[in-house]
Amino acid sequence: MTRAARISGITLMTLLAWQALVTGFALPRFILPGPGLVLEMLWTSRALLAEHALVTTVEVLLGLVLGGILGFASAILLAASPPARSVLRPILVFSQAVPVFALAPILTLWLGYGLWSKIAMALLIIYFPITSAFFDALMRTPTGWLELSRMMNASPARTLWHIRVPAALPGFASGLRLAAVYAPIGAIIGEWVGASRGLGYLMLLANGRAKIDLMFAALIVLAILTLILHAAVDAACRRLWQS
Amino acid sequence: MSAAPALRLCGRATINGAVIFGPLSLDVPAGEWTCLLGPSGVGKSTLLRLLGGIADEVAFEGTATPSDSAPLAGRIALMAQNDLLMPWLDAVANVTLGARLRGEAAERDRAIALLERVGLADHAAKRPDALSGGQRQRVALARTLMEDRPVVLLDEPFSALDARSRARVQDLAAELLTGRTVLHVTHDAAEAARLGRNVLLMTRAGITRIEVPKTHTPRRFDAPESLAFQGQLLRLLMESK
Repeated sequence: MTRAARISGITLMTLLAWQALVTGFALPRFILPGPGLVLEMLWTSRALLAEHALVTTVEVLLGLVLGGILGFASAILLAASPPARSVLRPILVFSQAVPVFALAPILTLWLGYGLWSKIAMALLIIYFPITSAFFDALMRTPTGWLELSRMMNASPARTLWHIRVPAALPGFASGLRLAAVYAPIGAIIGEWVGASRGLGYLMLLANGRAKIDLMFAALIVLAILTLILHAAVDAACRRLWQS
Repeated sequence: MSAAPALRLCGRATINGAVIFGPLSLDVPAGEWTCLLGPSGVGKSTLLRLLGGIADEVAFEGTATPSDSAPLAGRIALMAQNDLLMPWLDAVANVTLGARLRGEAAERDRAIALLERVGLADHAAKRPDALSGGQRQRVALARTLMEDRPVVLLDEPFSALDARSRARVQDLAAELLTGRTVLHVTHDAAEAARLGRNVLLMTRAGITRIEVPKTHTPRRFDAPESLAFQGQLLRLLMESK
């Protein structure tokens, strides 16, 4: 069975089960609308959904790029400098004890209702997975390569750049793949706390007006966006590894 | 390449208090291929790593000096059992790795010429995963030659190859490393019998020098004196404690 056929099969079964749930329990449309209603809403509100999806996409992409750059740089700093490691690593781990979600109101207070508080949320949520995946990989360079490099009279900086970093890129890539799934969560939380645009904002708005079908439509758009983002990052990482 | 020095090492080595070898003394003549033959776990590789200056984990009491008393650092190249090629670099880039690691200009033409000498002219643009084990070890040989060091340490570089490619890479290495001080660690009596201009037997008791046949190296596999020598080395290995 091809990939496309398998995905369509799973989608169709999910839709059937969903419809069966709605029909079987006679659920009212303000609790769980049927797939037909949601699909209809997806079509009729496509312009509205696209407008808000674009905002969320921009937030997520900027968060991902900035988080990727920051995580890359932090991991290299930690790997290159033992003093930086001894000071920053405990702070980094401790920072993970603070629930990032709890920071959302503060970020909104500091950065306002616009894009930046959402980008900061996405960035904060992905920074640690990227840094720690890349840092771990940087510290696991095969010893044979490091010894070869020493016998070739390499400086630590050149060993890092020519051997340890390329050898650790698969670790960076797995951090990025994880980040592609986490980043939208950050952006949506940011939008829930305070925003006037974006899919998270649209969901809250629809909820307040009991337009549950619109809520589900927004949710589906968000899920599709996340899947596309994950696939794109995955493809980009593969190309990076091959070149 | 500067003149190849002889190597001399005397002393004992421990790791966390556990004795790895010694006290023993090792003498490697200048500009010749010397095989250090011994069973696994006798400390051959540790000895090699000590000479290479990469045995950080080892506490060594004794002296390790070349005959010209100049520091060895920067005059040694290493070829290990694992080819240690970077999978993200093609063959040429792997051969010129040393230059990039030192921030020097990579001499691509010389690297390509060396790849030609090891018979890989057509594979210069391939990555390691597109090469066979024997081809990879030949790239590693070209990388070693590129470094152009007077002392070359070989840590069982041929042991993972099948018989045919092993013999080919051995011949190639013997030819191309002529004139350098080569210390070749091996547990294979046949390999030592074929390649060693000098053969040293390393056991728990220390290092003993074994008389070698007068024939040219690499010795013919099927020559009676090679076979007899191989048999003698195997017997010594079996009898050693």
